[in-house]
Amino acid sequence: MQALQDYLAMGGYAPYVWPAYGLTALVMGGLAVQAVRRLRTHQRAVAALERESAGES
Amino acid sequence: MTDTAAPAQRRWNLHRWANPGRFLRLADAVLPWLSALTAVLLAAGLVGALAVAPPDYQQGMSVKIMYVHVPSAWLALFAYTAVAAASLVALVWRHPLADIAAHAASPVGAAFTFLALATGSLWGKPMWGAWWVWDARLTSMLVLFFLYLGHMALAGAFEDPARGRKAAAVLALVGFVNVPVIKFSVDWWNTLHQTASVMRFDDPAIHASMLWPLLVMGIGFTAFFITLVLVRMKADLLAVRARNLRAMRLRGD
Repeated sequence: MQALQDYLAMGGYAPYVWPAYGLTALVMGGLAVQAVRRLRTHQRAVAALERESAGES
Repeated sequence: MTDTAAPAQRRWNLHRWANPGRFLRLADAVLPWLSALTAVLLAAGLVGALAVAPPDYQQGMSVKIMYVHVPSAWLALFAYTAVAAASLVALVWRHPLADIAAHAASPVGAAFTFLALATGSLWGKPMWGAWWVWDARLTSMLVLFFLYLGHMALAGAFEDPARGRKAAAVLALVGFVNVPVIKFSVDWWNTLHQTASVMRFDDPAIHASMLWPLLVMGIGFTAFFITLVLVRMKADLLAVRARNLRAMRLRGD
């Protein structure tokens, strides 16, 4: 337990190290989620339009 | 580059790759592998950085910030180089996919430039005693961030989108002078930011136990960037396709 606490304290640099990793994870995760969401939205839109035009003809 | 070109020449015609269908098939084939590779590299790099790499003899555990700061900064420069190269191809050969690539890459580059600045600030406070200094490296990175923002803003700033994208491509090319300035800023102006430890002409000035997690992270960040740009390009191409389908329906064909 003490070892884990020592590790998390990062030799006193915890207030700098963990925000750096947290911010990086947040930005990279946000980029990935946003990109996949946008892809899904457009994929659905194209599929719907293609279905409609196939139904009309 | 005309249709009368000899077949051998046509084979190397860049426009062969301008076919969105071909691009989408290629992207679909590589994306599962690329995203798996990205996940493995980032996981291995993270374990190496947080669990294996030793503390620095001068900076102690604060050196852990290096494993996210340095790959972010590398990627910020790599992404800008990609944007500038794609802009050149878009301007000279009017390659439509190159234009889409440039605009898919630039917000990602901006995000990593922000990360390099923010994690650098978090590292600078305990090591230099300041969140920010007008050091040559920091200032030229801030200029890079504004170049990205300008590139993103210009594309949408004109009534005619084609003109906006052309202006953005010119900005990306002109702004490329900043990339070598950033790279050599630590050598030209001897201010606070330390000089290169890895990308230098002689052997890396960093111990192997710290070098391998850094390199794995760097390759992982690059794989992440390529995966993300492919997904974003795919989304952009589908958006164009949806727009075309709607226009066709309005015309009634």
